[in-house]
Amino acid sequence: MNTGKEHHMTSAVNAADIAPTAYAWEIQATGLKVRVGRKRMAVDGLHLSLGTGVHGLLGPNGAGKTTLIRTLATVLRPTEGALELLGESVGGTGELRALRRRIGYLPQEFGYYRRFTVREFVEYMAWLKEVPKAEIPAAVQRAVERVGLADRADDKMKALSGGMVRRVGIAQAIVNDPTILLLDEPTVGLDPAQRLRFRELLQELGTDTCVVVSTHLVEDVAAACTDVVLFAEGRLVFQGPPDELASAGGPEHEGDSPLERGYSAMLRSPRQGRGAW
Amino acid sequence: MSAEHASMRIIEGYARGGTDLAADEVWALEAHLEGCRVCRDRLSTAVDAGAPAVAALVDTVWSGLEPQLAVTAPMPHGRRWSARLSRWMTPTMVPWLAMVVGVTLLALLLDLADTSSGDVSVVLLLAPVLPVLGVAASWSRGLDPAYELTASVPRAGLYLVLRRTASVLGVVVPVLLVGGWVTGVMVAQWLLPCLAFTSTTLALGGVVGVTRAAVALAAVWAAVVAAPTLATSRTTFALQTVGLPVWGLILALGIGVVIARRGAYTVLGAHR
Repeated sequence: MNTGKEHHMTSAVNAADIAPTAYAWEIQATGLKVRVGRKRMAVDGLHLSLGTGVHGLLGPNGAGKTTLIRTLATVLRPTEGALELLGESVGGTGELRALRRRIGYLPQEFGYYRRFTVREFVEYMAWLKEVPKAEIPAAVQRAVERVGLADRADDKMKALSGGMVRRVGIAQAIVNDPTILLLDEPTVGLDPAQRLRFRELLQELGTDTCVVVSTHLVEDVAAACTDVVLFAEGRLVFQGPPDELASAGGPEHEGDSPLERGYSAMLRSPRQGRGAW
Repeated sequence: MSAEHASMRIIEGYARGGTDLAADEVWALEAHLEGCRVCRDRLSTAVDAGAPAVAALVDTVWSGLEPQLAVTAPMPHGRRWSARLSRWMTPTMVPWLAMVVGVTLLALLLDLADTSSGDVSVVLLLAPVLPVLGVAASWSRGLDPAYELTASVPRAGLYLVLRRTASVLGVVVPVLLVGGWVTGVMVAQWLLPCLAFTSTTLALGGVVGVTRAAVALAAVWAAVVAAPTLATSRTTFALQTVGLPVWGLILALGIGVVIARRGAYTVLGAHR
């Protein structure tokens, strides 16, 4: 009668896939303040709502981009204000395990173990991210293929170029199929062709993921982002589509592209000519 | 034919494109095909026999895919032991542990040679601080390149700290056990201070960072216990059997603080 082990009723979709989300925004910050060191507020009263899509986080050096991304990755805790990720409040000292399983994070300084192969490293990260054991090999293979490193998967990390290491960093960030993906300066060290490929990957991920990309390259934002978040001195200066930022700039503002002129127009207005740079 | 499999009529209809089937029949069949190998085989024979156009399409896709699959390295089966080991200790901890074992063996040699230190056991003197070095290496921002990544993962926190601490103790304690046995020191006499120091390092590490805590505690140990002992050539009160309850108390206190502040190991602070 019964023919094999495989014979059981499986449904094509499971309940978790079709469950409605219980939140309006993947990332929602209200009056968020994060202190770094003793005194400095790196994020100072931020109101921000981010949904699905690719959000480019732009801002001058020292604007607090890295601090904000670290806070979103839950490795820094908010000093004041409220931060909700996927409808869950982040604060206090809980371990946030369930939430962290749905976050992918690539830090600015991506450290790795030189003696590991690409596959071993991504596998190790998948284990740390509590990907179910049976799914790890397939998830690792998929992540490595998505960043175009399938042919180098069994090479040692120390034999890779800077751009490839960066791609391993992206692979480990997406290995757990995150709902929130945080990438801090992911395009550093990528050559122009790799940057193009990376923007395609971003657009692909942005269809069902809330991707936050911090960058100082305005052209990255123009090409790959659905939304620009302009950030200066710990505060939100502008949020909207790239076109809107571009239209803010006129010929009197410095920059080589409309978006760059919009960027300098936005940053110039509140604090005229402070500092030499 | 078992009632739990799809009928030949449905499978043949599906192979022809499913136009003469009801939508819910197609849906149910597809869900069944995902899990049933027998019906997949029957579908492929039905396609070969009844739908040459589909069979030709499948062949074209295969011939396009095959060269790509040939260059993609297959997943190696047996994983290397170093990859499995990394779940217990990071690769950067290995040299530190090797150093700790080396120091223990050196102390043992000194004890056996029985030179100038009188009746003081060097193994006993070093035992409490040796694992602390290993623990420090396991949660150090300077020594572990992947510290920030590790802090951001769901498995980070008390669980991972204890796992790595356990692996450090798993290496250090057996070596000390042999050392203690050779030199004739009572096990509790070094094991309790050793565990007490480890737990205090973790407890203090949750506040100021594990590496700083380790350095501070090692310095305190050197100043308060090791230096006077070597100077006077007498085992101090702290390491005699009367000191044992105090060490037990410190151990319990350390464990209590670690558990109470377990959230501190999931943020960047504990990695200093």
